Amino acid sequence: MYARYLRRELAGRKKQTVIVASGLAIAIALVMIVNSLAAGVRDAQAQALESVYGVGTDLTVTGAQAEPGEGTRGQQFDFDEDAGATDEEGTTSIEQSQLTTEMFRSTLDASVLDTVLAADGVEAATGTLSLTNTTFSGEVGQAPAESPTAEEGTAQAPPEGGAGGGGFGGGAFGLDSFTVMGIEPDAAAIGPLSSVTVTDGRALESADAGAAVAVIDASYATTAELAVGDTMEIAGEEFEVVGVVASTSEEADTAANAYIPLDVAQDLSGVGDVLSTVYVQASSSDGISAVQAEIEEALPDATVSSQSDLASTVSGSLSSASALITNLGTWLSVIVLAVALALAVLFTISGVSRRTREFGTLKAIGWSNGRVVGQVAGESVVQSLIGGAAGLVVGLLGIGIINIVSPTISTTAGTTAAAGPGGAAGGGPGGQAFGQAAAQTATEVVLQAPVTLWVVGAAIGLAIIGGLLAGAFGGWRAARLSPAEALRSVG
Amino acid sequence: MTMIDTDADTAPDAVPAVLYRLTDVRRTYQQKGRIVKALTGVDLEIATGDFVTIQGPTGGGKSTLLQVLGALDKPTSGRVLLGDLDIAAASRGELESLRAREIGFVFQGFNLIPTLTAAENVDMALEPLSVPKAERAERVAEALGQVGLAERADHRPSELSGGQQQRVAIARAIVKRPRVLLADEPTGNLDESMRDEILSLLERLNADGLTLIAVTHDSAVARRARRRLRLAKGVVTDITR
Repeated sequence: MYARYLRRELAGRKKQTVIVASGLAIAIALVMIVNSLAAGVRDAQAQALESVYGVGTDLTVTGAQAEPGEGTRGQQFDFDEDAGATDEEGTTSIEQSQLTTEMFRSTLDASVLDTVLAADGVEAATGTLSLTNTTFSGEVGQAPAESPTAEEGTAQAPPEGGAGGGGFGGGAFGLDSFTVMGIEPDAAAIGPLSSVTVTDGRALESADAGAAVAVIDASYATTAELAVGDTMEIAGEEFEVVGVVASTSEEADTAANAYIPLDVAQDLSGVGDVLSTVYVQASSSDGISAVQAEIEEALPDATVSSQSDLASTVSGSLSSASALITNLGTWLSVIVLAVALALAVLFTISGVSRRTREFGTLKAIGWSNGRVVGQVAGESVVQSLIGGAAGLVVGLLGIGIINIVSPTISTTAGTTAAAGPGGAAGGGPGGQAFGQAAAQTATEVVLQAPVTLWVVGAAIGLAIIGGLLAGAFGGWRAARLSPAEALRSVG
Repeated sequence: MTMIDTDADTAPDAVPAVLYRLTDVRRTYQQKGRIVKALTGVDLEIATGDFVTIQGPTGGGKSTLLQVLGALDKPTSGRVLLGDLDIAAASRGELESLRAREIGFVFQGFNLIPTLTAAENVDMALEPLSVPKAERAERVAEALGQVGLAERADHRPSELSGGQQQRVAIARAIVKRPRVLLADEPTGNLDESMRDEILSLLERLNADGLTLIAVTHDSAVARRARRRLRLAKGVVTDITR
């Protein structure tokens, strides 16, 4: 009789049931979608970070950020008188490559790696040196001379600046750059290359220490038209391409365009025995904070960043999406849920008031208070479960649509060297721009909304809580109903 | 305080036990900000198997008296004995049990649940009792048969006439085999033919031994009773002639 009475009452009050259930359904669907999207954004952020910091990195240690002019020096390309090659027409072609570190971030002494490894709770650590190879190239023409034509075949010396001769005859110059990362050849389990796959050739090995070999990023290989077996110039030295690697995420690039042995990078760049970043893996996730604290104490001048700190380096559309979901999405779902619950409670209380005679009669024919309250509560819970089921379906549908659409959003991750406003001191034109390239990795990630047990559980839980809450209020109202008063009020 | 004694000439042939014994019963309550003295010292005895009507002006306390007799309300003071149990001193659980097992109630507005069928409405009265399912169905069919509505068991109240709805309400009241049937204006919402129909049914049930107490404005109903009481300004007077 309980179930039958309940079913008949809900069917008899279809409009109210639909309103309450719809309200809850919308709220629950919204909560599901927002939670799912939030999880998707977290996954996307992790993916973006993974392309830069690899898998298994719990902490990174970097040098302190340097202010413009504070020991930093912009790039300068110096050419001697007889630099370049001059053709018959007097046009001189010049080219020079430089390998430089991040402009506005200090490097770390290599001994920092030993300090980090000595800290309690550190499972593994590896150091890298982030560099940018910049090539300045161009042609300088010789201005036509005012004196009689020179004899053919005689190479003309470039005119001295401002002195007689033809002077500067115009020219075209270009700057080209790509990022180079010096890595420990045998560190595959941690660091930027822990989240890549070798698509051609091989990865760097311990035997490659000191050798002029390079592994390149697959996207860079395509744009630079390089393959395994080819040679590429880094800082004017020839390197053999021994492998091509790609990020595990189809849309992301790896952390640098080219990877060479660390010792070679240090020698070629002339910076000495230094590192840009030390990647640290903690023994357990619970001990990360303690490890971070210990390293910060041991290295007060360094910047130690955890995953959450690194997450803040993610910029672009992804961070905008994250902010939108966190702020607007969360608040919207909280407000809608509160309104839906309030509606459920109010309708239940109103229903009990309208059924005063009915409940008074039931008490008069012998129904106990508990039985009447149980009936009211049961109706509320079922109403809410209907709303919960509908909300679950709508929520899953919404999540499904997001996953079908699979929006691609752009993001950049990594430490950003601040570009000073007037360019680096003493630098040639455009010198400041390249300091940033080495520190950021552009990534395009596909935003997915995962369906987790937590999301489904939250939906069902909210429905039950909603029903119990409405039932509690309605039941309280029904319990307070005196049969005599109830019958008297409608008598 | 008013003492009411049964007249020896109008007493039923059998000498039944006293079912109800009320002693100086008073009931005061607050309604819309004013104090209402519904009962002002009622002394009353009702015998088992009796058919008693209670008449009186509107606001005289009739419904209140019925509610006290029906254990729906407790008196402000005084004693209300139903058998050995003092309703005035009973706990909420005892009153619920009393209403579930001993007392049948019929209302002026029928008070049927509109979403349930006739049989289901009758079955609602058996819900508080631990009656096995098969026996429940049997008793519901028997009660509906007693009121002549066996063929209307699957009809909802909206599909029944006023008289039929009241008969369903009576079936609901008697299905639990109560000791007493309390009726608050049982014919108030019915036309003359239906009224006679209901009265005949009530008389038949009373003849079978069911104690019947009815509040009524209708003198035609009151004339059918063996004992007539009048309640005015909270005071009961026996007007049986």
